[in-house]
Amino acid sequence: MNAHTARSRIMKRTSAIVAVAVIAALAATPGQTQELPVRNCTWCHGPSAQGSGAAPRIAGQREQYLVSQLHAFHDRSRDNPASKQYMWGATARLSPEMARDFALYFSSLPAEAAEDGDTGLAALGKVIYEQGVPDANVVSCIVCHGPRGEGFEAIPRLGGMSHGYLKSRLEQWGQGYHASARPMPLVARTLSADEIEALASYLSFLK
Amino acid sequence: MKTLRLAFLLWPALLAAASTLSFAEDRPPGPLPKPQLDAKIAYCKTCHGLSGQGFRGAYPMPRLAGQQPEYLEEQLRAFIERRRLHPLMQNVARALNPATLSAIAAHFKELNPKPLGGAPKDLIAAGKKIYEEGVPEKQIAPCASCHGPDARGDGAMPRLAGQLHDYTTQTLASWSKERGQDPLKPDSSAIMQPIAQGLTHEQAAAVAAYLGSLE
Repeated sequence: MNAHTARSRIMKRTSAIVAVAVIAALAATPGQTQELPVRNCTWCHGPSAQGSGAAPRIAGQREQYLVSQLHAFHDRSRDNPASKQYMWGATARLSPEMARDFALYFSSLPAEAAEDGDTGLAALGKVIYEQGVPDANVVSCIVCHGPRGEGFEAIPRLGGMSHGYLKSRLEQWGQGYHASARPMPLVARTLSADEIEALASYLSFLK
Repeated sequence: MKTLRLAFLLWPALLAAASTLSFAEDRPPGPLPKPQLDAKIAYCKTCHGLSGQGFRGAYPMPRLAGQQPEYLEEQLRAFIERRRLHPLMQNVARALNPATLSAIAAHFKELNPKPLGGAPKDLIAAGKKIYEEGVPEKQIAPCASCHGPDARGDGAMPRLAGQLHDYTTQTLASWSKERGQDPLKPDSSAIMQPIAQGLTHEQAAAVAAYLGSLE
């Protein structure tokens, strides 16, 4: 073996050690016991839990809401297709204590706004968010979800969530999925497709 | 194409804005057909609770269940006429056919869910004392003398029993900023003005806690 090969082998081993150390460090962030398998979540929800693809941002989400959704996946009351495909299995052996620990951890992470909506529709989305559409019996979202989309107690934070995720939630409630999530099924049924687009766009920018 | 689509989406907002310019008398006469009335009541209940018990979101939304119909209709009219300021409810009320107001009020009168609760229990005793005896040193009469010993109200005087305590406290604190806003059209809200002003925040919170616990 020449010096070059030996050097590159040492480099590769060093990077492997560094990678393991980084992963171990990520797994052992403050406030989390060594037993909490956060990586089971970040595989899909992204390394900093900001969301990835269909999996929503869970960083900075309301703690009570995270708990309630983990229970809803576990008891299968939340039955929209992506939940059924991924989250039922992921929460099949989730204890209430672990649900609380996960919620505490992820709710404390900083959240970034997805900003992936249609900027041209954001202004209309803001009007609907703040005032609803009384003539069409569309309630205003702000009364529950707050002026900055921050949520309240078990009512989720919407500000900065991905446009695609919010749109699919609203559509699926309108289709009858997750009927126990009062009052959202009622609300979603009053929304037109254009209003859903506008709302989801606006919210993706709301910080 | 995007401009056209945006214009299309703005159409409902433009319609709504246009309808604010028309007077109540221009609306179609008569109450709404039942399916539309049911949809409108379901809309109210989305925020005010399935049984009208109220709901706590980012803002507390008051209990409407068991409310005196005369009072409820008057508040909806006050929103429409902008005598009572509340950007959201003014929009909501504006979209109401005036002939429907009685139907809505009659519906909520019949509902009787348990109070939502949530007030600090240690304030209830002090609140009961104020409710029944008033605050004589400030010439504040007992609330019971108008709102009734059971706080269920009568006619124009609202039911307070079971109201969300945070809503009651907030209402008393913001009374003069929110109610009786048209000096040319003084209304019954004037009666409460000196009382709301005279109660300290602690006294208001105590009365609110007591009322929030009543069925």
